[in-house]
Amino acid sequence: MTYIAKPRLHHPSLVKNKAGFTRRDYEGAVSTLCAGCGHDSISAAIIQACYELDILPHQVAKLSGIGCSSKAPTYFVGASHGFNTVHGRMPSVMTGANLANRDLIYMGVSGDGDSASIGLGQFAHVMRRGVNMTYIVMNNGVYGLTKGQFSATADKGSISKKGVANSDSSIDMVSLAILMGATFVGRSFSGDKHQLVPLIKAAMDHKGAAFLDVISPCVAFNNHPGSTKSYDYVREHNEALNRIDFIETREEITTSYDPGTMKTVQQHDGSILRLRKLGEDYDPSDKVSAMKRIQEGMHAGEVVTGLLYVDPTPSDLHANLNTVDVALNTLNAPDLCPGNAALDKINASLR
Amino acid sequence: MLKPTDIANPDYFHKVVDCQWACPAHTPVPEYIRLIAHGRYSDAYMINWKSNVFPGILGRTCDRPCEPACRRSRVEDETLVKGKKEPVAICRLKRVAADYKDDDDIDAKMPKAPEKNGKRIACIGGGPSSLTVTRDLAVLGYEIVIYDQDPKLGGFIRTQIPHFRLPESVIDEEVGYITGIGNIEFRHQRVDSLKAVLAEGYDAVFVGSGAPRGRDLDVPGRKEAAANIHIGLDWLSSVSFGHVTKVGKRVIVLGGGNTAMDCCRTARRLGGDDVKVIVRSGFDEMKASPWEKEDAIGEDIPILNMLVPKEVRHEGGKIQGVLFEKVVAKYDDKGRRSLVPSGEPDEFHECDDVLVAIGQENAFPWIEKDAGIEFDKWGLPQLNEKTFASTHPKVFFGGDAAFGPKNIIWAAAHGHDAAISIHKVLIGENPEERPAPGVNIASQKMGIHEWSYDNAPTIDHRLKVPHRPKHEALKDIMTEVELGFDPQLAFKEAQRCLNCDVQTVFTGQLCIECDACVDICPMDCITFTENGEEKELRTRLMAPAMNPTQDLYVADGLKTRRVMVKDEDVCLHCGLCAERCPTGAWDMRKYYMEMTQAEHACRKQ
Repeated sequence: MTYIAKPRLHHPSLVKNKAGFTRRDYEGAVSTLCAGCGHDSISAAIIQACYELDILPHQVAKLSGIGCSSKAPTYFVGASHGFNTVHGRMPSVMTGANLANRDLIYMGVSGDGDSASIGLGQFAHVMRRGVNMTYIVMNNGVYGLTKGQFSATADKGSISKKGVANSDSSIDMVSLAILMGATFVGRSFSGDKHQLVPLIKAAMDHKGAAFLDVISPCVAFNNHPGSTKSYDYVREHNEALNRIDFIETREEITTSYDPGTMKTVQQHDGSILRLRKLGEDYDPSDKVSAMKRIQEGMHAGEVVTGLLYVDPTPSDLHANLNTVDVALNTLNAPDLCPGNAALDKINASLR
Repeated sequence: MLKPTDIANPDYFHKVVDCQWACPAHTPVPEYIRLIAHGRYSDAYMINWKSNVFPGILGRTCDRPCEPACRRSRVEDETLVKGKKEPVAICRLKRVAADYKDDDDIDAKMPKAPEKNGKRIACIGGGPSSLTVTRDLAVLGYEIVIYDQDPKLGGFIRTQIPHFRLPESVIDEEVGYITGIGNIEFRHQRVDSLKAVLAEGYDAVFVGSGAPRGRDLDVPGRKEAAANIHIGLDWLSSVSFGHVTKVGKRVIVLGGGNTAMDCCRTARRLGGDDVKVIVRSGFDEMKASPWEKEDAIGEDIPILNMLVPKEVRHEGGKIQGVLFEKVVAKYDDKGRRSLVPSGEPDEFHECDDVLVAIGQENAFPWIEKDAGIEFDKWGLPQLNEKTFASTHPKVFFGGDAAFGPKNIIWAAAHGHDAAISIHKVLIGENPEERPAPGVNIASQKMGIHEWSYDNAPTIDHRLKVPHRPKHEALKDIMTEVELGFDPQLAFKEAQRCLNCDVQTVFTGQLCIECDACVDICPMDCITFTENGEEKELRTRLMAPAMNPTQDLYVADGLKTRRVMVKDEDVCLHCGLCAERCPTGAWDMRKYYMEMTQAEHACRKQ
C-alpha cells in the first residue's frame, strides 16, 4: 500500500473521451493492496476499458464479495455505485440489483476464494440465469488475506510458498462458466493489458452473462518457483488463442487486415468482434470445440487465454423472465396501479 | 535499437535535474531548496556560495536560466494554477538563503587562505569573474592582486545594478567574504597597459574587465544636444557613486535590454515623472527579462515599440525631444528580421533628457597590439572555449571580456573554469583535461512508505515576491523594491520543487514485470515494451514522449527481453513507482552533483 495519494498532476497529452473525462477521471482511491499485486493491474485495465468505452461513471455498479480482489472496486471508477456483499453472495445481490435497475452497467469483481469456494453455488446460478453483467474473477490461487493457503483454483501439484504440494483437484472457472451457460467467457493475465483491456471492453459490451478469469499473481504468497500462478509461470505457459482487435460499430477501422488473419463474430445487436488469429484456427463461437480446446490445454499444462467462448445471440435474465423494459425506479403510480376498472376485470376473470 | 542508458555517466542524471543542467555554474538547486524548506538557510547559502559565489546578489539579479528549464513549468495542470504553468521561483528562493542565514555561522564557515604558495596572479577588473577566480585561487595559497578603476570592488554588479534592486550592503558583504580569505590585494588603479602588468612578473593574468563601452546614438542633433543625452552604462555608474542625483522631468530611454529597464526605473526615482522606454523592436523581442519589463511597467513607465530614433531636436543646444520613424518587422526567406519604414508619419516625443541604452561592447584599448593576444574580427580575444586560455600563455579571460556581454552567473562560471586552468598550468598539468564533477549517490528509502525527502508534489501555483508599495519605493533610490519571501512564503514556494535530483533508478534484473509502476505513475512516464528506434519508440509509449530535448531512460535485463522505457520529460519524482515496486527494482536515489573547482582540479574523469 501507499501513503501518499496519487498526485492530481497528469501527462500534458491526456485527452478527454466522448463523455468528457480523461482516463485519470476513472481512477479510484489509491490501492491498499500489496505492492506488485496483479489485482492493481486489472483495476488499471478496467479504468482503461471504461475510459475507452466513454462510460459515464455514475451508470456503473460495482459489486464484490470478500477478499483482496473484492477490495479492488474501491480502486477504480470512483464516481460509481458500489456494494460490498457478504462473502460469496455477490452474485445474488447483483442479480437483485440487475432486476431492479436494468439500466446500469453491472460489474462483479470477485476472487477465487469468494467465487470458487464459499460462493461456488452462487457463481453457478448467476451464470445459469444469464444476468447481464461482466463478472471478473481475479484469480491468484491462494487465500492472500489469510497468508497464502491454497484456494480451490490452485492446480493439483503446485507448490505453496512453504513448500507443500497441493493434493486437491482445481476448479477451472472458465470451464464451469461455459458449462453453466455464460455467453461470453474469456481468460487473461494481469500482466498482459494488451490482451486484457479489449477483453474487458468486449465483455462490458456483451448483452448477457460475461465472465473473465484473470490470472493475477499474488506477489506476497504465490509468486515463487513451483507456483502455477506466478508471473514467470504464466508468461512461460501462456497460450493465447486470439486477440480482440476491435469491436465494430464502436471503433473506427483504421487498419486494414488480411482477411485470412481475422476471425469475425457478428453479435446479436449487430456489432462485430474482430479477433486476430494467433497461430491456430480457433472458433470461439463453437461451444463444444471450445470446451475441448480448454481441456486439451489443461492437459498439456498450457494456460489458454483469449476469448474462449462467445454466444453471438445471447439472451439475458430480463428477456427470459419477460420483465418490464425499464428500470423499476422509473415506474410511477399509474404504471404500478392500473386502477379499479382493471382490478374488476381481473377479478371477473377469476370468478 | 536504443542502447540501454549508461547511468554511470554523471551527465545522464545531471541532465534530468533541468535547473542544475541549465545553470552555467551548475548549482545544485533542488538540494538547497530542500534545505530552505527545512529552515537550514546557512547550509543552503553555503551550497550556493560554493557554486555561484554571489547568492545574495544573484538571488536578486540573476538572469535565471534555471527557471525556463524548470520541469515544474512542463507538468503543472492549467486548471489548477489559474491557467499558467510556471517554474519554481528558484532565483528568489536563493535570496531567502542569503536573507535568513546565520551570519556568525557563515563567517565561521568561510575559508581562510593557507600559507602562500609563492605564485602571484593579477586579476584585471573587479567584477564577478575576477572575484570568482580570486576566491578559487586564494584558498589554494595564491597571492592575488585585483586592479579596478572604481574605488570599490564589484564591477558592473556595483555600478550598473541600481541600489533599489540590489542594496550596496549585499555587495559589500559578499565581496567581503572573498577579500576576507586573505592574500588578496586591491589596487584602485586603471590599467592602461597589459604589458606593464605582465612586466610586474605575475605567474598568470586573468582579464575580467567586462564589456564596459555603451553603444552611442548616431543621429542628427546628437552632438548639439549632448548635455542632455547620456550613455546608460556611464549614467548608471555615476548614479551609483552619487555623482548624478537628478534627472529632467521628461525622460526618454532608448533601448530594450535590462540596462534600459534599470535606466528608466532609476530616472523615475531621480525626478523623472514622465519616463518612457522607446524601442526599435517589438515588445516580445526585447532583450530585457520579462520580469524586468513587468517591474518597469508597474512603475508607470510605458514601453513604446517599433520606433527608430531619427533625429534629436534642439534649440540652441537645449534639447526639445526626439523624432522617431515608425517601422514594421519584415522577415526574409531565412527568417531574418529587418525593420522597414511603415510609411506612417514620424512620431515626435518631447523630453528633457535622453538615456541611451542600445547595447554594450567590448573594448580593449589597453591591450597593446604586440602583447601577444590575438583578437577575432569582432574584437574579442581568441580563446580556447574550454580553458579560457588566450594566445598568450600567461593570460586568461573570463566574464563579459571573454565572449561578449552575458550576465553575472556566466561570469561566475567562467571564473571557476579559468581558475582551474590557471591552477593546472601553474602546477604543470594539462588544462585541457578538465576535472570530473563530484557525485554522491544515496538511496532515499527510509521505510516501506517513507522517503527522506518530501515526495508528495503540491499543486500550489507560483507565489509572487512581495513588493514595497509603489509610492514608498519611488521616493528613495536606496530603498529596495522587493521585500523577498518571508520564511512562510519561502517554505510554500520551496514545496513546489519536484526534487528532480532524487532520481528514479531501475534495476532490470530485479524486475518481475508486474506493471505496478506503470499503473501508479501519475504522468504515464513508464512503459515496458519491445525495443526500437528512438523516434518510433517515442510514439508508442504509455504517453507519447514528444519533447526530444529530454532523454528516454532505457533499461534491459528483463525476463521477457522487453525493455523498460521511462520518459524523463514530465516525471514528478514522487517515488510512487518505487513505493509500489514489490522487488525494489525501482529505487529513489539522490544524485548530489557538484562541479569541481580549482581546489580539486586533479579529479580525473
